[in-house]
Amino acid sequence: MLTKRIIPCLDIKDGRTVKGTNFINLRDAGDPVELAEIYTKQGADELVFLDITATNEKRKTLASLVNRIAHKINIPFTVGGGIGSVEDVRTLLDAGADKISVNTAAFKRPDLINELSASFGSQCVVLAIDTKKHEDGDWYVYLNGGRVSTDVKCIDWAVEGVKRGAGEILLTSMDHDGSKSGFAIDITNQVSSMVNVPVIASGGGGIPEHFYEVLSQKADAALAASIFHFKEISIPDLKAFLRNRQIPVR
Amino acid sequence: MNIVIVKYNAGNVKSVEIALERLGASSLLTDDPEKILSADKIIFPGVGEASSAMNYLKQRNLDATILAAKQPLLGICLGMQLMCLHSEENNTQCLGVFNEHVLKFDAAQLHLKTPQIGWNNIYGLSTPLFKGVDENSYCYFVHGYYASSGEQTIATTKYGIEYSAALHQNNFYGVQFHPEKSADIGSKIIQNFIDL
Repeated sequence: MLTKRIIPCLDIKDGRTVKGTNFINLRDAGDPVELAEIYTKQGADELVFLDITATNEKRKTLASLVNRIAHKINIPFTVGGGIGSVEDVRTLLDAGADKISVNTAAFKRPDLINELSASFGSQCVVLAIDTKKHEDGDWYVYLNGGRVSTDVKCIDWAVEGVKRGAGEILLTSMDHDGSKSGFAIDITNQVSSMVNVPVIASGGGGIPEHFYEVLSQKADAALAASIFHFKEISIPDLKAFLRNRQIPVR
Repeated sequence: MNIVIVKYNAGNVKSVEIALERLGASSLLTDDPEKILSADKIIFPGVGEASSAMNYLKQRNLDATILAAKQPLLGICLGMQLMCLHSEENNTQCLGVFNEHVLKFDAAQLHLKTPQIGWNNIYGLSTPLFKGVDENSYCYFVHGYYASSGEQTIATTKYGIEYSAALHQNNFYGVQFHPEKSADIGSKIIQNFIDL
């Protein structure tokens, strides 16, 4: 049976893992290569590395860091941050990444998704969407690491992204990110019902019950960062918890 | 040990190369038939679309090269599918090493998301490729098409329906999942292939 995936996320800044709350107040959380190895040994199903400063500071994710990671881990990993061209992706795949995630650049130039899926296959292209609920009750797309709002609804962008060739959606609720108050169940379910590709829920996982809550509904995977980095929940304990509640996990 | 990875226009083979490095085995990525046929082991990886991959193989005589291999050869993902009889993906005639057909997951009928992405269990394991691998071990899959099951099936998986997770005929092996990304189980399977 296909399992639900648990995905630790490593936000990278200047080669270090960092973690903030609601996308600000960054704290150092360690060496990404060491953390990647630990999570792999503990049974993480996949890893995501996001160079969170790349878009704003016009930097490219360091291919050399990706290459070091690839030599240490034997599970799939996704790299994102500042990716804007087929050439950027080729560099990262050649360094050993399995998938790439695109966010702001894809929103500003949606053809990027078509180009990437045509060049490397949909399985390679993760569309990351940062979203926030507005007073009208709808969820909207945010760009540049949550700094720039748009008037495009999250659900519309997700559907268009998949139509253009995105193979997975990484959906981060900015309202929940870092809050440890649980995932955004409503928008995760909505997006998952509208697209026929896996949806990774992100933002808000604080205790095992939160993971159960989102994975027992329509999320295909759940992503979290600080609770793993700061050892609040271990991956084996989380998986045992989920297994006991009949969620299929590896 | 001289391992070659068949180079063609299908997807990201870097991860296979790095997986071999992690196991201390070096490899050569090449589309030169002579180098391929003089290797100890051949890996035929691939992610992508079947018909363009087959056309590319034919243009470079790599179809005949693969069929001429006498040494152990491991097809991975699309590589395995291209070794079947035929693929529904753009109605592609394949190499015919395995007597199975490659079919599309019927997402609507199966009520499943496609492609299948993630970890699924493999069972009914046989041949030395799975030596020391427990029944129902989890492997990492990414695919929208699957090979049917038959006498050459040496591992089975279920995603809505049961299908071949691995196939075997003489020196030819194929796996639908990605051993290079299937954690320690995957490393074990690659090591088993190296040890064949």
